[in-house]
Formats: sequence, structure tokens, C-alpha cells
Amino acid sequence: MSEQRVPVRRTAKLFIGGEFPRSESGRSYEVHAHDGRLLAWAARASRKDLRDAVRAARTAQGEWGARTASNRGQILYRVAELMEGRRRQFEEELADTGAADPARGVSASIDRWVWYAGWADKVHQVLGATNPVAGPYFNFTIPEPTGVVGIVAPQDQALLGLVSRLAPAIVSGNAVVVLASENAPLPAVTLTEVVATSDVPGGVINVLTGFTRELVPWLAGHMDVNAIDISGVPEDMRADVEVQSAENVKRVVRANGDDVFSPAAQSPYLVTALMEFKTVWHPKGA
Amino acid sequence: MAKIERREREAPERREPVWEYATAPESSDIVRLEGRYGLFIGGEFVEPKSGTYFESINPATEEPLAEVAEAGPEDVDLAVNAAREAHEKHWRDLPGTERAKFIFRIARALQERAREFAVLESMDGGKPIKESRDVDLPLAAAHFFYYAGWADKLEYAFPNRRPHPLGVAGQVIPWNFPILMAAWKIAPALATGNTVVLKPAETTPLTALLLAQVVQDAELPPGVVNIVTGAGETGSLVVTHPDVNKVAFTGSTEVGKVIRRALAGTGKRLTLELGGKAANIVFDDAPLDQAVEGVINGIFFNQGHVCCAGSRLLVQEPVFEPLLDKLKDRLQTLRVGDPLDKNTDIGAINSRQQLQKIEELVASGVQEGAEMYQPECTLPERGFWFRPTLFTNVSQSHRIAREEIFGPVLSILTFRTPAEAVEKANNTPYGLSAGVWTDKGSRILWMAERMEAGVVWANTFNRFDPSSPFGGYKESGFGREGGLHGLEPYLDFDGAGE
Repeated sequence: MSEQRVPVRRTAKLFIGGEFPRSESGRSYEVHAHDGRLLAWAARASRKDLRDAVRAARTAQGEWGARTASNRGQILYRVAELMEGRRRQFEEELADTGAADPARGVSASIDRWVWYAGWADKVHQVLGATNPVAGPYFNFTIPEPTGVVGIVAPQDQALLGLVSRLAPAIVSGNAVVVLASENAPLPAVTLTEVVATSDVPGGVINVLTGFTRELVPWLAGHMDVNAIDISGVPEDMRADVEVQSAENVKRVVRANGDDVFSPAAQSPYLVTALMEFKTVWHPKGA
Repeated sequence: MAKIERREREAPERREPVWEYATAPESSDIVRLEGRYGLFIGGEFVEPKSGTYFESINPATEEPLAEVAEAGPEDVDLAVNAAREAHEKHWRDLPGTERAKFIFRIARALQERAREFAVLESMDGGKPIKESRDVDLPLAAAHFFYYAGWADKLEYAFPNRRPHPLGVAGQVIPWNFPILMAAWKIAPALATGNTVVLKPAETTPLTALLLAQVVQDAELPPGVVNIVTGAGETGSLVVTHPDVNKVAFTGSTEVGKVIRRALAGTGKRLTLELGGKAANIVFDDAPLDQAVEGVINGIFFNQGHVCCAGSRLLVQEPVFEPLLDKLKDRLQTLRVGDPLDKNTDIGAINSRQQLQKIEELVASGVQEGAEMYQPECTLPERGFWFRPTLFTNVSQSHRIAREEIFGPVLSILTFRTPAEAVEKANNTPYGLSAGVWTDKGSRILWMAERMEAGVVWANTFNRFDPSSPFGGYKESGFGREGGLHGLEPYLDFDGAGE
């Protein structure tokens, strides 16, 4: 009986505003395993999809950023909890990308969520400050989320590479638009299905699949994106992204190129790289 | 002060309760009590070698809830050995990331079983269910969650210092916030790689024993957390045990001093979180209705069984009369009674012994010439109860202005200038907390700078958060619990200056 059963295949969709649309353009593209097998027809996001995703991120960011840090930490931890329950699917998808040790990649990805979950209510304590100014003033500096962040996910390490850029971006209260790895988008798609059931408010994480070279200029030129992570932008396009980013003075960040499994690939400075430091002065006196 | 006395003579009017409330009892069915509890040593509940047990009663009914083992010298020895073995075999060398995940499990289990814990906490300790449900349990779970996150980030808290754990922590906690104090003690100790022998208070051991079950369910390596129940003698055995590296005590200043002396010369690390006699200072520009709520919360939260309670109200003279009037009105609406009733504001006094202490100090207040005000309210026939109480015409030399009452009793004094408020607020050997109520931000900061207190609340009171350090100045103890600063007491450091 079981041998005759035909498995149901998953449609790989975009993830925008907490929903799973196909591309409004009706386009899709073939996703192959490392051995050439056809795995899926992924949605090929259009400029309109990207703009919709930015709008969804902007809409969601205010409420997400206003949540308590502790609450955001618990939600990131919840993502880790649910990833653990789906680890077999992630492992299969990583195996399809040709990953040498899929189980290791999934474990490291889950642990990375847990690690950043812990930073939610600590980054202010480690990297904020009270400043002993020379006068009767109480003066303090607090980091705040920068707003909407575009993340061009690393093209290799389709899961851990993405999580390593995504978790530090959202933990502080930013909302993001992710361009998934072009050739290996399926772990990112599965991650959206985890995110959708993890108490992460719709719109905080938006994930587009499609052609990187097509989408990057629209993301880099979008005036309502505050920062862009160019980790997955091809070398020859990076200077152009920086030129485009000048128009609204986007912050441009990138992965440091270290092995994504190494401790150097996780840091509270990756959190504050996508935050603004605000300093407040207040007089003291009876 | 003549003006105040006149006011007292003119206005003895009766203040009737505004509303009557139907009872809204929380069911205790969720709690599954065992008749008898052993000691939690090496990951298992074991019979005490001492062979003795004591009863833990419900202070609201005086009915026994369960029998609890009393740990003697042999038992404490076994617990410390289990903790030592667990430290060396499992916990010390477990990567922080993995330690973190065990602590996260405890946090989650406390969230999942929060109602059960809250009901048991109210049954065993007498605190209103709305407080155990809305304050103690959420904070306890959050504390584990917060410190879980530190377990693999210690090098960021102490850059260039290579932190490492001390070993076995002996921890003794009080009866006023049993599960929350257990969380405050256990969470940072585990996060920093230490193992624990915890001694809960003799009148409130049951939620700690339920926590032991949670620790089992979370599959922590056996011996990482050990819980030994008993009275002061057991606590003394824990803190003086030669193989305990670090002692953390929360309780009275009197016992804190005894522990300090007992540990002299041993090289053990020590933190003390002791008594308090906090000033809650209301300036004439304060939003009065908000201040009234803060003053009421400051002294009547948890029946006043709070080391940082705002037990001395300092009021600027121009607002003394309106504030007193509002306080008396508010007092009349406080509901005293069944801790499991969801409407109850003031539950049972924790023990007969504590009730007697409160009664004795209140009698001294009357005898020394302060004026007492208590609202009309009927108290249950059985159990330990005390009416919310205000004292006016209090002078700084009165015992009720100097000694920690640890009950629902507020002493009210007045002041004229900010400098006088500072003088009076700091005129105590204690220094745990202070409250400032004013609309003027600059004055808040000016006052905060001058308060000899480890925590200053401005236009709020009795706020707690796992990320916020807590602890005392002066005879309220030393060391901080909570926040980044709560890690340091559990760590040694390699490197310069250590």
C-alpha cells in the first residue's frame, strides 16, 4: 500500500507579509539538485514582488521594533524550536544542495537562532553606554533598529549562510526582505514555513526567490530600504550596489568571508551593524 | 507637625468599602501534592539520612500541605558531593551553547506549567494568586530565559578576562518569593557553569521541589541542581560546608552578618541580599493618583514581605494632607483574604512567627506615639492575617521608622526640601531601594544620584526585570543579582588584576 502511495509535492512560493503568494509576474524557474535532478519550480520574483515585500516589511517593522527585547528573544528561540522539529526536511534539502554534512548544517543553524535569541535583551547592555559627560547631565546611548534591511543571502550555505545574516538583522527589531540563494532556494523556502508558524509577525521576514542579478539593483535602489546586506551579491555588482545605496544613504554590510561554521561568523557586532546609536541628554538638578 | 495633628483630630470619618466583590477562587485542582517530599540530590528524590521531616502548612488555613525532609549534615554532604561531581564530570566542561539549551528548557517548562506553580506558590506562601500568577512566575521563567542566553556569551560580558566558573554554589533563599528567588539564584549559577545546592525556606519549600521535577524533566545532568530542604540549621550547613565555593544568601541582615562571620577566612565568595527600609519620596509636583498607586504597591505588594518595600513614605509637606486622604481611600478598597481568590490584594502573612513580629513592631509604633490607621475589613477566622496599616506622626527615631517590619505597615514622615528628603531617606543602615515621585526629570536624576540605594525607582515602584541588576548598599548587602552584573559573583577570571 505504502509503496503505491504518491507523495504530495510542495509548491515553493514567495513569503511576503506573512502570506505565500506566487510571483505576481507568473514566472518561475527550475531548481536542480547538485546531481542535476529537478527539485522544484521556484517562484521568480519580479520588481513588483520586491516592492510589495519592502512595503510589508515597513508596515511590520514598527510593531516588531516596539516589542520588548525579551519577547523578540523568545520568538527567535521559537524559530529554533520549530526548526528542530523539521530538521529531517532541512537535512534532505541541504543534501540536495551537495552539502557535505547536512546534519551539521542544520544543527548549526538551529543553534545560531538560539545564540541570537539570547542577544535580544543583552546587546544594549554590552554595546550601549552611559556616558560620564563633564556637566550636570545624565547621558546615555542606546542602540535602536535601523528599520528595513535588504538581505542578499549568501549563494552557498543555503541555510546556515542565510540564518547567520537573518537572525542578527531581525533580533533588534528590524524587518527584512531576503533574496534567497538563487541556485539553492529551497532551504530558505522551508525556513519561511517555519517562520510563518513561529510567532514572528507577518512582514518581519519576507523572502523572495528568483534571479539575484535581476533583483539586486531594485533592492539596492529602493528608497524605503535602510540597509542592505550584500553577502550574496556577485563581486562584479558590489560597487554598483554601493553607488545605488548612496541615494538614501543605505548602510551596506557584508559577511566577513570566514567559514560560516566558525565562531567568527556570529557576533553581537553583526546586530549593531544594523542598528542606530541614539544618545540622550537630560539635566540633573533639584 | 502641629498642622498634621489637627487634621487627624478633624477627620476621623468612616470610609466605607466602595464595592463588595463576589469570590473568584482559583481552583487548586491543578496542584498534585505528594504527601511527603524527599531531598533532591544527584537528580533524584531521596529519603533524608537525618530521618526527620517537617510540615509545610498553608498560612491561609493553617492546614498542612505536605511533609518535607529536613536535611542534616550527612544529607548536605551528599548534596555538595553530588554538585561537585556534576561540576567536574559534566557541567564545567559542557560548551556554553549546550548549557544554554538546558537552561532554556527550564524556562520553557516554567512557562508551560506556570499556573500549577502559581497556585502552589499561593497555597504554600500565602501570596495573592494574582501576584504569583502575574509577577512571580513570569519573572522566574524570564530569569531563566535571560541567563540561558548568557551561558555562551560570557566573553562578551567580561572582555579580555577569560571567565570561568567557581564550582559549587551554596544558596539559601527566603520565603517571600520562593520560586522567583530560586530562579534568581539558580539561573546565573548554571549559566556561568557552576552547580548548585539550594536551600529553600522552611515555610515555603514546595515550589522549589516542583522545580526539582522540572530539572529532572529537562534532563539536566544529575547533581547540577540539588535542593535540600530544612530550617536555619540546614542553611547553616550549606553555607559553611568546606566544599562549597560560593555562597549566595537572601534573607535578613541579622543572618547575613552571621554568615559573613562564619565564612571569614575561608576564601569563599559571598553575595548577600539582605533587609531594607526603603524611602518612597513624594514631591509636591508628583502626579498624586499615580503616586498613591505606587505607594500602595510599594508597601502592600506581597503583604509587605518585600525586602525592597517602600516602607517609609516621605511626603513633601504641601501634599501631605491630600495624599494621606487618597491613601486612606485606597486602603479601604484593598481586599484582604483568601490568597487563591483572584480579587485578593493582600493575602496571608507567611507564618505565625512573622505575624507576631509584625504585631510586636506595630504595638511599638503605637506605644512610641505614632498614630495608627487601619481600614475596616473582616479577616478570615483561621490563618495568619494583618490589616493594611498606616502610621502618621512618625519620627525618625521610632522603631517603625528604623526597623524592617516585613509586613503591610507603612510609616509616613514629611519633609520640606529636596535636601531634607535626601537626608531622611539615607538615614538608615539599609540601602536596598528608594522611590522618587516628581514630574521633574532633572530632580529624579538629582535624587537618584544622592540615594544610598542599589535600586531607585522613579514614578514607579517594585519593578523587576531579569536584565536589571538588583542589590543593596550598606547593610542591605553586597553583590548584584540580575542583568550583566549578576554574572560576576559566579565567576573567576584569568588575567590582570585577578
